[in-house]
Amino acid sequence: MSREETFASLSKSFGEKIQCKTEFRDETAYTIAASDLRGIAKFCRDELAFDYLLDITSIDNFGEEPRFEIVYELYSMPHAVHLRLKLQVSEDAGEVDTVSDIWPTANWHEREIYDMMGIKFKGHPDLRRILMWDGYPFFPLRKDFPLEGLPSEMPDVAFTKVTSMEGGPFVTVPSTATSKDREPRARPPEL
Amino acid sequence: MPETHSSAYDSKIEGNVIFTRLDAALNWVRKNSLWPMPMGLACCAIELMATAASRFDIARFGAEVMRFSPRQCDVMIVAGTVTYKMALAVKRIYEQMPEPKWVIAMGACASTGGMYRSYAVLQGIDQLLPVDVYISGCPPRPEALLAGLMKLQEKISRERSFAKQKPELVERLEEALS
Repeated sequence: MSREETFASLSKSFGEKIQCKTEFRDETAYTIAASDLRGIAKFCRDELAFDYLLDITSIDNFGEEPRFEIVYELYSMPHAVHLRLKLQVSEDAGEVDTVSDIWPTANWHEREIYDMMGIKFKGHPDLRRILMWDGYPFFPLRKDFPLEGLPSEMPDVAFTKVTSMEGGPFVTVPSTATSKDREPRARPPEL
Repeated sequence: MPETHSSAYDSKIEGNVIFTRLDAALNWVRKNSLWPMPMGLACCAIELMATAASRFDIARFGAEVMRFSPRQCDVMIVAGTVTYKMALAVKRIYEQMPEPKWVIAMGACASTGGMYRSYAVLQGIDQLLPVDVYISGCPPRPEALLAGLMKLQEKISRERSFAKQKPELVERLEEALS
């Protein structure tokens, strides 16, 4: 099945459920509704041979509604086709169906999204935090979470403090200048 | 031909007796046989391994016995980024080491948090442990770690080890002598 045939088949089966199709630099992304996710995911795996889930990521469009966006990167090993599925999640819903029974690799990806963004996955077999410790009270990749962190304390388990940013965060300026000029310093050089 | 004199003491032990301060002897023994606790947490651990391997050879300084049990170690080399999740584990391992013990903060991350000014990284292991030597670099080259180790050896050789280890005995001795 070629690339075109794959996408034609997807459009034929789920035409009215696909909210938006974007092509950018030979990469195809479909925006779908959260309620259609499992149906489309199963179809992609079983009928279109998208047997490889490369990644699941989440985006926080803070200040917009719906706030969150989840991106599924699919790849078909037999046909060498790449497909991107996007779905939007509002903060109030905050819950998406799991795909960890469709692609087992989604298990840890969904745990990471839960840990960093606080989006829950309905039907996930083991939805615990994966990077931060159980009981950490914040979701650090949300846009309203400060980069320097917030203090927290779990006696005998872990703690966090607010980090001194010392004038940062620092961004390297792209140019051909020496690194001394490209990379800003917290202290002015004359001190 | 230089002239020789018979010594004041028995010739059988001549040459086998040295006079020194107890602290100097203790420190000399300690500093030349530091057993490191390799607390490898990030890329600095790779340089730590290189330091231990044949090319740089930390054995030249008597610190080649890396034990993965804190109970057999003298110096903890914190090599890498200490996240808050790991921080209390590092502290716990440090607490399991027997006295006397020292800490080397190897690299920018262990010393100050390095480039990780973030919610997840402890900004320097000295917020939890008493650090003896800080080594700059990201990661430091093995030579830098060896230089840090030599600095620690210098520091150990200046310590008042005996008074630190047996304070009551030293107090009684001083009372008896005064």
